[in-house]
Amino acid sequence: MIINNKNKLKNIFFVLLSILMGFIIAAFVLKVGGFDPFEAYKIMFLGIFSKFSYISYTIIKSTPIILTGLSVAFAFKTGLFNIGAEGQFIAGATATAVAGYFLNFPSFIQIPTILLIGALAAALWGGLAGFLKSKFNIHEVISTIMLNWIALYLQNYIVMLPGFRKPDTEASYDINASGSITILEDWKYSEVGVAFTDAHQFIGDFLRPPFNAGIFIALIAAIIIYYILNKTTLGYELKAVGFNKHAAEYGGINVRRKMITSMAISGALAGLAGSLHVMGVSKNISILATMEGYGFDGIAVALIGSNSPIGCVLSGFLFGGLKYSGAKIQSAMEAPSEVINIMIGVIVFFMAIPKLFKIISEFKLKKKDGRGE
Amino acid sequence: MLTDIALILGTTLMYSTPLIFTALGGVISEKSGVVNIGLEGMMTIGAFVGASVGYFTGNPWLALIAAGAAGMMLALLHAVASIHLAADQVISGMAINFLGPGLAIFLCRIFFDGATMTLSIPLDQKIPRPLNGIFAQNSFFDLIFNQYATVYLAFIFVIITWFILYKTRLGLRIQAVGEHPKAADSLGISVFKIRYLSVCASGFLAGIGGASMALSIVSNFRPTLVSGQGFIALAAIIFGKWKPQGATLACLLFGGAQAIVIFLGNPEIGVNISSQLLAMIPYILTILILMGLVGRTNSPAAVGIPFEKS
Repeated sequence: MIINNKNKLKNIFFVLLSILMGFIIAAFVLKVGGFDPFEAYKIMFLGIFSKFSYISYTIIKSTPIILTGLSVAFAFKTGLFNIGAEGQFIAGATATAVAGYFLNFPSFIQIPTILLIGALAAALWGGLAGFLKSKFNIHEVISTIMLNWIALYLQNYIVMLPGFRKPDTEASYDINASGSITILEDWKYSEVGVAFTDAHQFIGDFLRPPFNAGIFIALIAAIIIYYILNKTTLGYELKAVGFNKHAAEYGGINVRRKMITSMAISGALAGLAGSLHVMGVSKNISILATMEGYGFDGIAVALIGSNSPIGCVLSGFLFGGLKYSGAKIQSAMEAPSEVINIMIGVIVFFMAIPKLFKIISEFKLKKKDGRGE
Repeated sequence: MLTDIALILGTTLMYSTPLIFTALGGVISEKSGVVNIGLEGMMTIGAFVGASVGYFTGNPWLALIAAGAAGMMLALLHAVASIHLAADQVISGMAINFLGPGLAIFLCRIFFDGATMTLSIPLDQKIPRPLNGIFAQNSFFDLIFNQYATVYLAFIFVIITWFILYKTRLGLRIQAVGEHPKAADSLGISVFKIRYLSVCASGFLAGIGGASMALSIVSNFRPTLVSGQGFIALAAIIFGKWKPQGATLACLLFGGAQAIVIFLGNPEIGVNISSQLLAMIPYILTILILMGLVGRTNSPAAVGIPFEKS
């Protein structure tokens, strides 16, 4: 147990070191590009923390990638690489948008209903990849890449269907207001609300962005995933499959079925991200020319979060903050915001090579020994 | 009818080319035992460097080589991580997929006044069409064979790769290192050296693959240019059972499906299907074919496993 804790601490230290390397190398890249890195980091820091509305936006940006991060991390635990969080996000968003427009129950029924429909559609989409793997031995990396594109074109097709497409636009009709999870949406524009937020600037500031309940659902999802992985038989079996497929099979675990289950749960998580995005932020779906990158970002979130649910939440906030504030260096000092992608790439890169730090620390130890003699 | 078929075949060749280059690179890398999931990132940096060197120098061949070199630089990072530092190759490859597009657009904004697109290369400075004017315009053979030089280059590379892998000592060493690195090592083959060579070659080819798009199919770089083709190439490798000829066929199949979609999407053909549904065909087809190919996949035995000398 003590060893375990020590390893955990070491791992956290290692993650922080990787993040630090990301900041250092990104600073170097900015410098070479002719920009003042300190100025850029200052703008980014203030761009997240100097206003309540900025914090609110950061949370909104982080919500979907926390969930896609959880999705990728969950599949990783079963030894599956889910590149398909992108497509599962789309499946969830599309199903929720359709259900949210055509159904209209009172809010307390509508919200869970369309959320569940989204998660279910995405679970099927993810489970399909699991099925293809267990039945036809198709590598999940291939099947999920294909399913991503199929999902994208399917969404585009559904958006354009007459009766669902908002005439003369490239988007669908908005979902019914009963399915919205934007917090105090009507109230904040009502007379009372405006009077109140004028009097309490910081609340008004916080609510100005489409702040929504999505983040709470994402956090609950993280807790549930933590519970499933660490406290249930299912979680134990899933991890056993990820750890050693053959040993798990020998131990009487139905590996094929576990793969489908894992991909379905993973898909549901990514689907939740899509559903919440529709219910809280976009309110509709529109034609996609290319992938939006939620699933792709989720891979980075999962990797930086060391595939643990808590790690995913933290790295999701980090990534969300970087993405949101990174856009600001573009407008403020014309420094390319893509430096954030470079930074993320560097962090992930260092996360891939724990051996480097080991070599360095061993080298230092050797030096010390040398002096001692 | 005949010209329709020719048109489809011609389009197939054009769209398969970037995939073939990239997939060949992936085959070489994976044969040596290093998973290269970073092909997408290497393609993107190649597309950018190709487009901008092409724009600034006016020499498409120089641009192509520069693109290969740029892909190789990224591959070198992946190589150091996965060979010397025993990295998790999937993670380090994923890092390349963030670094490649990030660097490409970052540099693009710096060299092109804040734009995320490079300026267009004039028509006569793109990759030439060697067989242009040999056949009558829009005749059957013209539609098929009047292609950019990169198309022919891709097929030449297929033959070269096949020859190297199966007919030379180097190729046998690459395979040995990928199948059983310990045995190869005990026979005096440097596992590290062979793997470095293979990963760098894969970056070079992926870079050329990306540039073959920017320098021939279109005439500039834009952020959505590569969008997922590196992953399609990755799929083609597995689909083609880790063989250069197999991967090439898989790329042709994918390109062919795309060509048919483009052909059917032409309003003059009069097929009344939504273009969105048509666009799914290549992806659905890939899954269906893979379902028919049930069985063991023949990946190199040591692929993805770092080699550490004991």
